Amino acid sequence: MNAAAPPLALLAELTHRCPLRCPYCSNPLELERASGELDTDAWVRVFGEAADMGVLQVHFSGGEPTVRKDLERLVAACGALGLYTNLITSGVLLDEGRIAALAGAGLEHVQLSFQDSEEAGGDRIGGYKGGHAKKVEVARLVRKAGLALTLNMVVHRQNLHNLPAMIELAVGLDAHRVEIAHVQYYGWGLKNRAALIPTRAQLDEATAVVEAARQRLKGVLVFDYVVPDYYARRPKSCMGGWGRNFLNVMPSGRVLPCHAAETIPGLRFDSVSDRPLQQIWETSDAFQRFRGTGWMPEPCRSCDRREIDWGGCRCQAFAITGDAARTDPACELSSDHQRIVELAQTESDRAPPAFVYRGLGAGAARTEPALSEDAVPGAGRS
Amino acid sequence: MNAGVAIDEGSVPRFQPHMKLRFDKKRERWTILAPERLFLPDEIALEILRRCDGVATIGAIVDALAGKFDAPRDVIMDDVKKLVQDFAEKGVLYTKER
Ligand code: SF4
Ligand code: SF4
Repeated sequence: MNAAAPPLALLAELTHRCPLRCPYCSNPLELERASGELDTDAWVRVFGEAADMGVLQVHFSGGEPTVRKDLERLVAACGALGLYTNLITSGVLLDEGRIAALAGAGLEHVQLSFQDSEEAGGDRIGGYKGGHAKKVEVARLVRKAGLALTLNMVVHRQNLHNLPAMIELAVGLDAHRVEIAHVQYYGWGLKNRAALIPTRAQLDEATAVVEAARQRLKGVLVFDYVVPDYYARRPKSCMGGWGRNFLNVMPSGRVLPCHAAETIPGLRFDSVSDRPLQQIWETSDAFQRFRGTGWMPEPCRSCDRREIDWGGCRCQAFAITGDAARTDPACELSSDHQRIVELAQTESDRAPPAFVYRGLGAGAARTEPALSEDAVPGAGRS
Repeated sequence: MNAGVAIDEGSVPRFQPHMKLRFDKKRERWTILAPERLFLPDEIALEILRRCDGVATIGAIVDALAGKFDAPRDVIMDDVKKLVQDFAEKGVLYTKER
């Protein structure tokens, strides 16, 4: 059958709580509550099992992982296990003392997200007043503490005009690396697709800007660039293949092959509270369903790229076609490809609708750009 | 042109703080761990990378390898410079002048 080589990396979604409300947040529409989160001991046990299995890297993510008061302890536990630790954060809850504590615990890298190159756009898109200025300050503190820094820039039609300024911001803040990622359309991003999707011309211009900057800044700044699938000819190798390299552990302990996998109905997910991680990796229905090439329909089944891109993204196949077991429509060879092209063209040509900000309960999310901090869902411990 | 990576005999290559060369016991191979990325250096690359300790100059690394591998110094010099340049552009190493 589909024998599973051990995973390389574990994404620990410590919590879904976050003070920001990005309309492209990769968290599910149904956010998990604080009361259901794994406790410190459970996470430490999971990291131990992961290290035994052969996992090399742990990415602390969320939500906003720094909401967890035990983050330093979790970082230190991973360090003791020889795991590489990376913090993916919006930064707004960090201060100098906390950054020193995390550095002292052995944290090896910080990925700090920015919503735009400047305050007005950044605070509007993140739905959090004062967020941008705070991020700039936190970036400086991270570097001052001697920690390595990547800036994560999620780009879309409402901030692409500032792309050159975003790159300058990364240079100015002495980042080692910048990740420029076009929004991926599932979860909140799918809900807000019409407000986010760029035109083909905008995408081409962005790609040219990134390529020129990459050449110019060789040895100064490393670039990672993720293009939007809707304009691709071949899909990306999503997660490096389903159940091949990555595990994603949700705040409650459910284990997913990718953070969006729960958008696919009918998959059964197991929890670290019920079964050992290794068993879940090797036998869980969610992992076995699309692992390898056995599940593939044509044209993937007989395609010479089937072990390069693994048929693309299952969540995207489901989002567009209603069937997760079809070829990713991002692929030109898929009979659904025309649909994705038309969606992209029609939506990007129209004026963008208002954002549906991320919040607890998708239906209850506020649609107007409310900038006050007080109405922030999920910010406090419940 | 790019002034970021200029390498000569006196350059001192070292690892960026977030790039970790570690032995992967499960898979029995050396790995450079980086955020969202792994590099798997081959044997020759490993010989060079393990000497990038922030003290040794390119010249000293080449001397050590020339002694060990019995190959002409200028050939090794070319290889070492190329590799250091490449890993510097990938953000794994950086160099400072002595
Ligand atoms: S709301 Fe924004 S900052 Fe918060 S978890 Fe989602 S994408 Fe990250
Ligand atoms: S047909 Fe399938 S395997 Fe071939 S390129 Fe398209 S998605 Fe990849």
